[in-house]
Amino acid sequence: MHELGIANSVLEAVRVELGRHPGASPVRVAVRVGVLAAIDPQALAFSFQALTAGTEWESVLLDIQTLPRLHHCPACGITFRVIEYGFACSGCGESRTRCVGGDELELAYLELEEA
Amino acid sequence: MNRVVLEQKVLSENDRIAGELRERFQKHGVLCLNLISSPGAGKTSILERTLEGRAPGDRVAVLTGDIQTDNDAARLARFGFPVRQITTGGTCHLDARMVERALADWRLEDLDLLLIENVGNLVCPASYDLGEAAKIVMLSVAEGEDKPLKYPSIFFKSALMLLNKIDLLPHVPFDIAKARANANQVHPQIEMIEISCTTGQGLDLWYRWLNNRGNKHCRFGNSSPL
Repeated sequence: MHELGIANSVLEAVRVELGRHPGASPVRVAVRVGVLAAIDPQALAFSFQALTAGTEWESVLLDIQTLPRLHHCPACGITFRVIEYGFACSGCGESRTRCVGGDELELAYLELEEA
Repeated sequence: MNRVVLEQKVLSENDRIAGELRERFQKHGVLCLNLISSPGAGKTSILERTLEGRAPGDRVAVLTGDIQTDNDAARLARFGFPVRQITTGGTCHLDARMVERALADWRLEDLDLLLIENVGNLVCPASYDLGEAAKIVMLSVAEGEDKPLKYPSIFFKSALMLLNKIDLLPHVPFDIAKARANANQVHPQIEMIEISCTTGQGLDLWYRWLNNRGNKHCRFGNSSPL
């Protein structure tokens, strides 16, 4: 539902970055979205397309990388990927593990065609 | 082709403002709570019950968000505490900028507790930090007990789940044990309180939670949102 606002924030960040590269044009922008970020990648892709359609940025590609939920185990020290809701350590079985990844909503990189 | 590494949060501007708000709340000892639920779960009702239970002169204020109308502010203003409506005009969540604007002419040094009622929605408010000390998610027994599994983000990010309308339990197929298990599956450390805003059942536990949180807040300052 709020993916349109998120897409707008992505474009805003691209605009700011372009200010540092006079004459360059954007080709691709990559974002990282964790599974806990409450963002639907398809809706984000659709919103991005809707915002850029008919503009000079129509051909800019949005690359969405989905990130898993990661937990850290204080007992054995490993970080593991949570599948479904299995929070117990996949290494030693410790049940009290801590969430350390999965709520990312980050800009990764921007590819530019230099003038 | 030139690849520029950006490495910044998409909502970095929102997070920056939220960070400033959190600092201000901390500086003035204001406990700020962000109340989130689907429409109709009882956010405004619990706020009514909360304000009703406060002594006159308590330093409490409410910001209430809606897409349209100031009905909620009108409902809450009758208790005599400062209440301000944020009308988002279509936006499905509050963001930090809206809160900052709404607080512009309020003196935070005159407050101990700021309750923010978010727009009724279990999805989008999860993404927007408002500078709060904690998010509180409310689920009513008139909904499905699988809501925590369907909307894991908000249940994961909330410190407390309020289970409302428990007076309706004899009349609905809601399985409260299953709801608790589902919430725990998404967020093993989440606290839970069962309440009924209609009968008042469980409200004493909610008031106690608020007081404890307020006391802890005074002693230790704000915690981070996650």
